[in-house]
Amino acid sequence: MTARPLAVVGASAAGLAAAEALRRLGWRGPLTLIGDEPHLPYDRPPLSKQLLHGTWEPERLLLRGKDQLDALALDLRLGTRATGLDAATRTLTLDNGETLACAGVIIATGVAARTLPGAEGLTGVHTLRTLDDALALRARLTGTGHRLVIVGNGVLGCEAAAVARELGHDVTLVGVEPIPMAAAVGTEIGELLAEEHRAHGVTLHTAAVAGFDASGGAVTGVRLANEGPPGNGGVAAGGAGTGGSTRLPADTVLLAIGSTPAVGWLGDDPVLDTSDGLRCDAYCGAAPGIYAAGDVARWEHPVHGRPVRFEHRMNASEQGMAAARNMLAELAAADAAGSAFADAFEGAPPERRPFAPVPYFWSDQYAVKLQAYGLTTGADRVETTVLDRAGCRAVALYGRDGHAVGVLAAGLPPRQVRGLRAVIAAPVPWEEARERVRAATAAG
Amino acid sequence: MKITLDADKCCAAGQCVLVAPEVFDQRDEDGIVVLLDAEPPADQHEAVREAAAICPAAVIEVHE
Repeated sequence: MTARPLAVVGASAAGLAAAEALRRLGWRGPLTLIGDEPHLPYDRPPLSKQLLHGTWEPERLLLRGKDQLDALALDLRLGTRATGLDAATRTLTLDNGETLACAGVIIATGVAARTLPGAEGLTGVHTLRTLDDALALRARLTGTGHRLVIVGNGVLGCEAAAVARELGHDVTLVGVEPIPMAAAVGTEIGELLAEEHRAHGVTLHTAAVAGFDASGGAVTGVRLANEGPPGNGGVAAGGAGTGGSTRLPADTVLLAIGSTPAVGWLGDDPVLDTSDGLRCDAYCGAAPGIYAAGDVARWEHPVHGRPVRFEHRMNASEQGMAAARNMLAELAAADAAGSAFADAFEGAPPERRPFAPVPYFWSDQYAVKLQAYGLTTGADRVETTVLDRAGCRAVALYGRDGHAVGVLAAGLPPRQVRGLRAVIAAPVPWEEARERVRAATAAG
Repeated sequence: MKITLDADKCCAAGQCVLVAPEVFDQRDEDGIVVLLDAEPPADQHEAVREAAAICPAAVIEVHE
């Protein structure tokens, strides 16, 4: 009896890490990796940095060489979209009409860039999520002196603004939040970044977008809803031709207003909870034999005690590995029921382990490197120590319910940054964390 | 096992140093990865494989 395949849906960092871990842990049976993009698995963080800048070409982004991929003996389905999953039978449907009955499924379909009404089909309006998106934006920004309006002042918008300034374009950054990246890093670090962007010539606006102006199907400007009701908490986009009094001229617009977990293809199977990503237990399990990893997974973090979802590069790999391990452990334990699992499995079955990483993200803007451990969003308390304002060197501590849960370093030497990770590996009483951060940043 | 690096891709996350501190280090000035042992002993192999797998910039290549 031939083993059913294990399938990984999503061929980016999380999906690749899962596939590699399945092989490393002993799965010798059929392994299918399904990706909706036509490209071999590639890395996304450089899209808004080196790729957009033109210092790297697409080949540089490939996560693994061809020989490394060949060694995985994958049934690799690129340019193929999964369109449905029957959770009870673990059967996938693909967009070519094929159905695939699987022994287990890891869902790593990531997120899709959000867009705005009125943007569809307008030449010059871009999003930045995929390699093709990044190449299109890069081609658009050929030469110098383009007028680029970036809508959204989160991490992606800020990184793209820095690159576009370095390339010599006229850059305006528009966000509904008054301070860039404030939701991710708090107001004081956000203000430091705002100063950095202003010093490099970026124009900052706080506003929602009311619509786009166009001529002959190409964007010519962005209209701001600066007379709309304050504090509406979102981007008040109308169609072209409505509202707004301030108009920012633009030949190119980047929409960097966040993303939506790619769960639509899972339908409304009541077995799967797809509100804000695919809900998983502490083992990254969404249902029997079905696991999730990466940007799409919202799992019960055993240390932080609440469901979290991270769109961070590091989490993608770590969670891909964890989901693979825990799925194999579950399938091995269920093997007594008489599947062909054992025939296709070599070595000792892994043990299930709760997935309890120390979250990590970084961002590069101009010469500033931000690195953060733990949870920096959703803090009810932030304490920022600016060590050197001109050099953009700072450390910030993020708290929730009396405990420190996150820490961020801007421009600190690597040894100090690694020391900060140890401070925040688990929630620490606030005062204790303050002392430890002081100690970790005192030397050097 | 032989390790090669594409250090120009390094984003200075330092995860490799946390996972395999006897094999990897970071440059003091910018955090770029430094290879301490290109052919580490067997007791380091598992840690090195993990470091390669979680490196967020796919810098570390392991040749078994």
